[in-house]
Amino acid sequence: MKALVAMSGGVDSSVAAALMLEQGYEVVGVTLKQWEGVDGQMPLAGCCTVSDSEDARRVAAQLDIPYYVLDYVDEFTEKVVDHFGEMYAAGKTPNPCIECNRRVRFSVLLERTVALGCDVLVTGHHARIRHDDDGYHLIKAVDGTKDQSYVLHMLGQADLARVRLPIGEMPKTKVREYAAAMGLRTAAKPDSQDLCFVGEGSYRDFIRSRFPDAARPGPLVMSDGTVLAEHDGTIDFTIGQRKGLGVALGERRYVVDIDATTATVTLGTREELLAVGCVLDQVSFVAGSHPTTPEVDVKIRYRSPAVPARIEPDTGKNWRILFAEPQVAVAPGQSAVFYCGDEVLGGGVISEAVR
Amino acid sequence: MLYLDHAATTEVRPETRAAIAPFLGDLFGNPSGIHATSRQAKNALETAREQAAELIGAAHPLEVVFTGGGTEADNLAVVGAALAGGDRRAVVTTAVEHEAVLESVAFLETLGCRVDRVGVDRSGQLDINDLAGRVRADTAVVSVMAANNETGVRFPLAEIAAAVKEASPATLFHTDAVQAFISEDVTVTSTGADMISLAGHKFGGPKGVGLLYVPREVELEPVIHGGGQELGRRSGTHNVAGIVGMVAAMEATVADRAATRERVGKIRNLFEASLRAAVPTVAITAADAPRLVQHSHFRVPGIAAETLLIRLDQAGIGAAAGSACSSGAIEVSHVLAAMGIDEVAAGECVRVSFGWSSGTDDGREAAERIAAVVRELR
Repeated sequence: MKALVAMSGGVDSSVAAALMLEQGYEVVGVTLKQWEGVDGQMPLAGCCTVSDSEDARRVAAQLDIPYYVLDYVDEFTEKVVDHFGEMYAAGKTPNPCIECNRRVRFSVLLERTVALGCDVLVTGHHARIRHDDDGYHLIKAVDGTKDQSYVLHMLGQADLARVRLPIGEMPKTKVREYAAAMGLRTAAKPDSQDLCFVGEGSYRDFIRSRFPDAARPGPLVMSDGTVLAEHDGTIDFTIGQRKGLGVALGERRYVVDIDATTATVTLGTREELLAVGCVLDQVSFVAGSHPTTPEVDVKIRYRSPAVPARIEPDTGKNWRILFAEPQVAVAPGQSAVFYCGDEVLGGGVISEAVR
Repeated sequence: MLYLDHAATTEVRPETRAAIAPFLGDLFGNPSGIHATSRQAKNALETAREQAAELIGAAHPLEVVFTGGGTEADNLAVVGAALAGGDRRAVVTTAVEHEAVLESVAFLETLGCRVDRVGVDRSGQLDINDLAGRVRADTAVVSVMAANNETGVRFPLAEIAAAVKEASPATLFHTDAVQAFISEDVTVTSTGADMISLAGHKFGGPKGVGLLYVPREVELEPVIHGGGQELGRRSGTHNVAGIVGMVAAMEATVADRAATRERVGKIRNLFEASLRAAVPTVAITAADAPRLVQHSHFRVPGIAAETLLIRLDQAGIGAAAGSACSSGAIEVSHVLAAMGIDEVAAGECVRVSFGWSSGTDDGREAAERIAAVVRELR
């Protein structure tokens, strides 16, 4: 069996490659060149940059596996970065890592895996895959603090059959211990934090320069219609935000609405922020069909705990979530992911909050 | 590994290794010194220079300037000529030159020099009248490669040189003969050039050493400043071992050239015939144009070069796309773009190149093994 390991240059994917070798696979390492500077070179800082790909290359050499840099700049730009800008221009709060997984990693790269003569695609994600009589299951990582199952919710049965996630079986401390014991140069490398294509500087500056449409000034208003100020662009705001609003108010106010067509940002009270539910598009279920019971736990952000909710079909292919308790910060563009305990059932992208 | 990437670099010749060995031992001297150890090194250096001058038909040994490789020779020729040209600072070149020339002229452009890049037709060939028409009295240098590093397409240098001189007698004509030297007759007479760049490692010498043929009366602004070695044209302590090794490889290459040309040409032709027979859809780039005998540049429609090259590597075959960035990712080739080949087709192009150490059966075997990988990919 032959495994294609997507190596970012971080410790997780380095160890993933080593573990696949240990499991007896023939291993091929690849780094996706996803983004480049104006000179066509990989960016210098951040994830998937020159220094990261060099780390991946050196780890591959140490493991004595072939290693290649694959050019996905066009696909990534079109399917992830441009989409990211369009979502912001529409007043939404996108999650580009999910779109990258959906549109690049687990689509074109997964197809490529076969063309490159490999049987499985391996990544360093913290999540687990289980197989039983019912098929494949996507499960939270052993290390709950590092769990990345949220960003993998779009994977279906055919995908999971060809994907391996060895890192999800280990606590992060063990991953680092393993890397250190193997003498891998990435053992103590810090986890990446920033968006891989933004590099140094804020993503807001990045969007301003690349997608000026998402940075149109507009009115900052109270929910009763009172105009408070002019803001510098809707990209500076996300639903639920209460810091950096640019106005001094006596009491706590939150961003409760972003209307991209008029570039209007509305502030309101915590009560006005609460949503009883939301509508989702791009919904998929890991099992291939929706669960038999509508009661699920749902995560509406990467870093927020799952809360009890009901899911039901909405119009067309959309689904609707009704939270057991109203939720703050239901931001269109973010993904809502359904869980049953530790198992991912599926998810979709929030298109609108229901107040 | 069936090595089919001799155009990237080729095996070091045994003559090279033998020539270098003493200079990694007792003969370690710096040629610029007054003592016996220095004199030995200086003597070896100047002997190598005389040999090199003779091999390329230079009138005087001091017309050979040793450099740190082909890229540096190109930089010295193009940038050096434009910066030393006084009122003459314009440059004419082709759109398909190696990056060593194209980036040098782009640098000159940032300094305000006028640069003309002449295009090529679909088979990679130049319109000499078009090129000559752009050469004016204020053109410092015209740089045209002897043969393209990606496609292997050769340019008729003597004809181009004559056209350049007719358009502007004071304009210098430079050629990058880095790819051509191993199989083509490259001399001052055969090329008609005022300056010729060579790189040692392309013909069995070591990496990091090259030379520029340039007559003493040609003024060049140095691009590397320092201790004034090489008549001030290329400062830096001489890479004596590298220079001696390169010149040994030059000598062996010129001695073998006619035979290599015939043998490697047969290997390449058998490769192309076998590949066409096994994969009828294969398209060979510039098949009808004059090409170097060692190059074969082709695409299999529907199969990305990146995928094919990785599968070939897995199968123990080392081939290349024409153009790769430092990370190893394949880049869109400026050569293929200049030939009007669309991006998808360009992304399918693969270069196979044979060399002095290729085996007689390598062409047929390469074709069979590539065809096998193509069948698997379909």
